[in-house]
Parts: sequence; C-alpha cells; structure tokens
Amino acid sequence: MLSYEKHRSMLIVRLEGELDHERIGPIRAELDALIRDPQVKHLILDMGGVSFMDSSAIGLVIGRYKALARRGGRVSVERTAPRVDRIFEMAGLYSIVEKRA
Amino acid sequence: MRIKNEMRLDFPAAGKNESFARLVISAFILPLNPTLEEMSDVKTAVSEAVTNAIVHGYGGEEGTVRIHATLYEDDTLRVDVIDAGRGIANIELARTPFFTTCENDERSGMGFTVMESFMDDVRVTSKVGRGTTVRLEKRLRACEEQDARRA
Repeated sequence: MLSYEKHRSMLIVRLEGELDHERIGPIRAELDALIRDPQVKHLILDMGGVSFMDSSAIGLVIGRYKALARRGGRVSVERTAPRVDRIFEMAGLYSIVEKRA
Repeated sequence: MRIKNEMRLDFPAAGKNESFARLVISAFILPLNPTLEEMSDVKTAVSEAVTNAIVHGYGGEEGTVRIHATLYEDDTLRVDVIDAGRGIANIELARTPFFTTCENDERSGMGFTVMESFMDDVRVTSKVGRGTTVRLEKRLRACEEQDARRA
C-alpha cells in the first residue's frame, strides 16, 4: 500500500524501497486508482524512500504524466537521490516533469 | 588474465528474481570493497539485463536465466546474463534509446542505455529463436587505483 496525502487537487504519493520492473506493476495499479479521482490535477511523487531504481520507473512516471496531461494536470518528483536524477535525466524526463527540491 | 573468482547462477525467469539477482551480484563483488557507487552501478545494470531476459527474452513464458560472473585479477568484473528465449532480430535497434517492443506495457526502452552508462562495456549477442547473451564489464576500484598513483 502506498502512503499518500491529498490537498485539494494535489496528490503527494511516497514511493519506497526497490523500484524494479517486478514492483512497478502493483505501484502503477495503485497510482492509477488514486489519480482516477478527477479532482487530482497535480501528482507529486516523493522519491525520498527509494533505495534502488532502474529504468522501469521511467515508464511509470511518463505513463502517469500522459494520463494527467490529458486533463490539463501535471506530475512532479521530489527528494530524488543523485542516482535517481541520473536515470531520469538519461531519459530527458525533466523536460516534462518538474523536479521539486 | 587470471581469474580471482567465478560463479554461475540459474534461476527461473520470474520477476521476483530481479531483486534476488541484484543481491547475488552484490554479494559476489562485496569482498573487493567496492564504492557504494560501483555497487549501485553493477546492481542497476544487472537488474536491467535480467529484466530484459524475463520480459523480452521469455516474454512471460517459462525459462531459465543464467548469470555467469567472473572477477579477474585486475578487478575487472564480467557478468554474462544469458537467456534461451526468442532472441533479438536487430540488436542495434534494440540498443537505441527509447526503442521498445512493449509499448503498451510502459517500458521506457532505456534499459540498454542505462547499462551502457553504468558499465565500461556492454556487448550483446543474440540469435532469433535461440536466445540472448548480454555481457557487462566494469573495472572495479579503478578510481582507487588512480588516486593511489597520484599520491
């Protein structure tokens, strides 16, 4: 279960542990259930608790970005470790997703 | 080059073994006292190769993934990730950033790019219908040696 906070149109979700292809599936399903709420316009992924990440997470973030962009929303990531940044930057993710402090 | 240590591991192509493979390769290089960065580089590259074997090589069907890791005297690590799956028709295309055969599964197509960025050398050999071998190489403790020479 993902822990999250909701403030009006803003949804902050904490991602934790090892984000690989195996774990991304259930996380994607949970995230999609959360953003099904049409009130959600801004998804913030808190990456502070991520201990491992490979390229599987790129698809996860881009997929949620597409879903929210369709309704005029957006996605941000925050508390990204340098390694997480390196992988996201390889994919040019920060041209569509805002990186918060 | 003389071999310091070597291991082979066979496991079923199942998602839960992605994290297992990372643990095993970490344990294999741990005696070298690698930096955290090197440890993460190797874990990430192996994770990408194993995921490719499971998702693309076997495409969800049953199969065995083999990891053959060799540690050479100069602290070069070689990891072969081997599957006997469907193989890759066009290796150059498969290695292109953002190329993926699984559009609707939200695969980013960045697996090989990540491997190339975290390892010194990545070689792919494949035969359609026979399987794929991804050879990852990285010289560990290379920085430490440079520091020692400079001192």
